[in-house]
This record gives sequence, structure tokens and C-alpha cells, in this order.
Amino acid sequence: MPDAGLVAAIHTPADADRERVVRLAGLTKRFGKVVAVSEVSFDILAGEIFGILGPNGSGKTTTIRMLCGLLIPSAGSASVAGHDVATEPDRVKTCIGYMSQAFGLYRDLTVEENMRFYGGLYGLERELEARIAWALSRMELQEIAERLAAPLSGGQKQRLALACAMLHRPSVLFLDEPTAGVDPGARRLFWHIIRGLAAEGTTIIVTTHYMDEAERFDRVAFMFRGKLIGLGTPAEVRASFGADLTLEDIFVNLQGQGA
Amino acid sequence: MNLGRLRAIVWKEFIQMRRDRATLGMMLGVPVMQLLLFGYAIRQEVRNLPTIVYDASRSQQSRALVQRFEATGNFRMRGQAFSYADAIEAIDAGRARAAIVVPEDFARRVKRGRPAQVQVLVDATDPTASQAAIGAAQMVGQAENVEHMLSRIGAPRGAGLPMDVRVRPLYNPALKSALFIVPGIIGMILSNILILVTAMSIVREREHGTLEQLIVTPLSPSEIMLGKIAPYVVVGLVQITAVLIVGHLLFGVPVRGNLLLVYGVSLLFIVANLGLGLFISTLAKAQAPAMQASFFFLLPNVLLSGFMFPREAMPPLARDIGYALPLTHYLQVIRGIVLKGVGLQELWPQCLALVGFAILYFTFSALRFHKQLE
Repeated sequence: MPDAGLVAAIHTPADADRERVVRLAGLTKRFGKVVAVSEVSFDILAGEIFGILGPNGSGKTTTIRMLCGLLIPSAGSASVAGHDVATEPDRVKTCIGYMSQAFGLYRDLTVEENMRFYGGLYGLERELEARIAWALSRMELQEIAERLAAPLSGGQKQRLALACAMLHRPSVLFLDEPTAGVDPGARRLFWHIIRGLAAEGTTIIVTTHYMDEAERFDRVAFMFRGKLIGLGTPAEVRASFGADLTLEDIFVNLQGQGA
Repeated sequence: MNLGRLRAIVWKEFIQMRRDRATLGMMLGVPVMQLLLFGYAIRQEVRNLPTIVYDASRSQQSRALVQRFEATGNFRMRGQAFSYADAIEAIDAGRARAAIVVPEDFARRVKRGRPAQVQVLVDATDPTASQAAIGAAQMVGQAENVEHMLSRIGAPRGAGLPMDVRVRPLYNPALKSALFIVPGIIGMILSNILILVTAMSIVREREHGTLEQLIVTPLSPSEIMLGKIAPYVVVGLVQITAVLIVGHLLFGVPVRGNLLLVYGVSLLFIVANLGLGLFISTLAKAQAPAMQASFFFLLPNVLLSGFMFPREAMPPLARDIGYALPLTHYLQVIRGIVLKGVGLQELWPQCLALVGFAILYFTFSALRFHKQLE
């Protein structure tokens, strides 16, 4: 088990003046008698690429759903971009973007129509055309703007989903298992775009099973059976479990315990 | 409720509707196809029953009698049989559905004023089809009898009868079944197609994962629901209009009552059915079960609502189940307005029932829908 001191050592002194965009304090969710998330606390800084890792059933999806304002916490609190997820879920929804693991856009709409639809949902009006133009060029989708979404490649679909999630300039972007089923080249382009967005100040929160990907994150939170068991940079978390283990080893060990 | 968001989702629904050619074809083609099928092919009044004649009398009297049968329009002579057995055989083999058997001594007995027997054999395997022929045969017999009695007591031809019972069929004097069926089709189509299409359209969003993406946006469950349903209200109104126009042009179905009332009441009915579709969408996880669940409502709608079979003839339990179907009430309203030209004054109980159904189904489904999204 990790050193308890590590969980407390959240930020280096240089981070002290960075804005804490997402804050979790004793966040807990119970479904009946089952405790899905148990007293989880951590902060995420503006512009960070932050990973939430853990095997299935570890509580990471429940945590994300609470942060998105879809589930009300049973105890504790969380705020996103200054809005409390329990009392202002509608405000929270307007300042986050969300990209689900399955391609959640309309296959029978064109790339541009999908954007227009999501832009409409987020209340972009006069800005809409400019934002669509920005998203098309930023996500490298200009050439396929008029094409239906159905036949697009995995990488193109992923960038379209990202475009739709970013149209309304969310300050926090959630990516749920973003790179499942995407080829390596497209994956590299995707992370390139993500790093660019983070550099411009968007906070990125990612859940993933792919431990090699976790090395790309600034910091990670490792969850197991509803509890936070590791927090820090990938190297710090690795170190806390034993020096010569990779994140993947840790993950597999935990999964063995879970079974 | 945010109008901009609602507009976005309605716009998206219409684009999807336009691209889904199969469903679009179903929504517009099925009403017209059903109308043509029910209007032209399906007739409840059976006329021109193929009939074979075994005329052993071969007399002027027997030929006149056969002509009278033919004149009712219920019998169409298909030829002669040369023996009684021949006539039976023709019915057995299905070449004829009725046979008129005139015995050898028919003309002789008529002339002498003695009772002359005529036999009409009707294939009654289908009771509905044979009923009209049986009635018509009995009428011919009675008319013949009256005429003979009158001439026997020496009354002049055309003299008045002591009692004159006249039947005047109201609203549909020609007893055309199209007049009865066409307004019914509107109800059938609105309920069956709309329930199916709404259920499918919401279940599809769930199956494709797009619903998950929608609920993380500021869109509220009510906006999702209204936005997805509003386009189908428009579809329903287009369907009504198509059936009314085609029904009028091809079958001469009038709209005797207030057209605005037709649309108003139909709107209530549409909302009730969309509520039901929404409800099914909360039960079914995939499109196939949603379709099966929709068909679950199809049969009672056809059988128990009074669409084709008279509810008066049903046993009490079946009639009670029929009351639980919005279509039953809607059919009474739409037939009342379209054929009888009556209005709210006469139809308020049924309209009230429709309001009740609309509120009940919609509220119940909406609650379930909300709960499921959370």
C-alpha cells in the first residue's frame, strides 16, 4: 500500500499560485449499502492533464459522473470551475466538455451539422460560425466538414467528438477512455491537440485503462475499491508502490486483488 | 426550458428524419397504402356473391325469380347446374358461394296458388360474408309473397300496404364502408406509427450512446423529451392531412364537422400516443424489443377499438379493455366529427377521456424518462 504521506503531498510550491479548478473534499457516493466512492479528496489545477486511473469498479466513473453534475454526492463536496456540483449542476454543465468512450455523436449528421447541433445546445449564437471554423481547423477536420460522421475513421470521429466538446470553450474537459480503438498515428495527433488545449489553460481530466498512456499525464489519481490510494505525478505514484514497478504492474496487481 | 436548445434539438431531429429514408417512407407511405388497401380492397358488405342456379322448372316464373335475386346485387349468377348434386358440388369446390334451387313443379304450383318451394343454399363458413346474402334472399321471398297475396285478394298493382316501414340510413346512406373506414384509419395510423417511431427514436439515442452525450450538456430531460417529440407531432398532423385529402378525393369522404376540431382532438390523441411511445422507450433497452413492445399495442387497437369490429357485439370484458385504449375514444370522436358533423357538445365525454389519457400517459412516461436519465 502507498505511503500515507504521499496523498498529502499534493502540490509542489510552484503550483501554489495556480488556480484550483476542480476540488474534491471528502467526496462520497453510496448506492444503497454499496459505497462506490469513499471520502476522496484532491484538487486539480488549471491547465493540468490529470488522469484518474483504476480497474473496473474502482469508482472512477462514479467520481467523474459526480463532477459532471450527473450524480448527487451522498457526502462531502466537489466544485468545478467554482460551481458546487450538488447545488449548481446546471452551471457546472455549461462550463465542462465531455467526451464519452463510445462515439456519442450522430452518425447520420455531417461533421459540421454535429458541431452546429452541439453549439446550439450550449447557446452559442453569433459566435457559432467562428467557433465551428476554429474547431474545424484546430481538430484538422476542414476537409471532411461536409461528410457524414458514420464512415469516418476512429481518429476522425474522436477529433469530431473533441471538437463538439470544446465549442463552448469549457474550462474543464472530461475524456472518458479517449483512445480506445484509435490507431497510433491518430492517437499521437489527438494527444498533440490535447496538450495544446491544456497549454492554453483548459483543464483536462482523463480516465483510462491504458497505463502506457498514463505516463503522458501531469498528475494521476489512482483509485481502488472506491478509495484514493495514490496521487501525484506518474513517477511519484510508481515510487510509492515500489521502485521497480511500472504503473501497469501496479494496475495488474490491483486487478488481481479485486478479483 | 430554453428555446435555443429546444430549437437545436428539433432541427437535428428533422435532419435525421430526412436522412432516414426507410422511416420517412414508412411514415408517409404506410398511411396512404393502408388507406388504399382498406378503402378499395376491404369491404365489409359482401356483394356479388358468385351464385349457381339449378332451375329445374325452366319456366318464365322461375327465370323472373332468379332475376329478382340478381337485382338485389347480392348474387352474381355464375352459370347453371344441371342437378341438385351438381349445385352442391359447385359450392363444395368453391366455384360458387351460393346456389338457387328451383324445383320442377315451381311454375305449376305458383299458377295454382299452392305453396311453391325455392331453396337458397349459402356457404356460411364466413358468417359476415354470408349474412348479407341470407338477408337478401329472405327479402326476395317476402316481396314475392306480398305481391302474390295482393294479386290474390284482387288489389290493384301498386296499391298501398297497410303498414309502411321505411329505413333511412343516416350519415352514410349508401352504406359505403369506406366512409366508416377512412376516419378510422387516421386513428390507426396515428397510434401505431407514432408509438413505434417515437419509441425507436429515443431507444436509438440510447443504443448509440448519444443520449449519454446529451445529458452532460445543459439540455434538461424535459427539453430532450419535448425536442424529440415535437417533430413527430408535426408528422402526425401531416399524416392526418394526407389521409383526409386522399380519402376525400378517392372515396368521397366528407368532413361534415369543424376541421379545426378534427385537428384539435387529433393533437390530444397524438400527445397521448407519443406519451405511450416514450413509455415504451423507457422499458426497452434496444430497438428490437422496442418494436416488439409497440406491436403489443397493435392487435388490441385493431380488434377492440371498434376500428373494424363493432364494439356492441363484444363480451363485456373485451369492451372494458377497449375503453382503456385511447383509440376507442378517438374513433368515436373522429367519426362523429367527420361523418355526423357533430361537435364538442355531443362528443365532450370522449374528448375528456382523451385529455385524461394524454395527461396520464405523458406524465407517467415523463416521470419514468426523467428518473432513468438521472
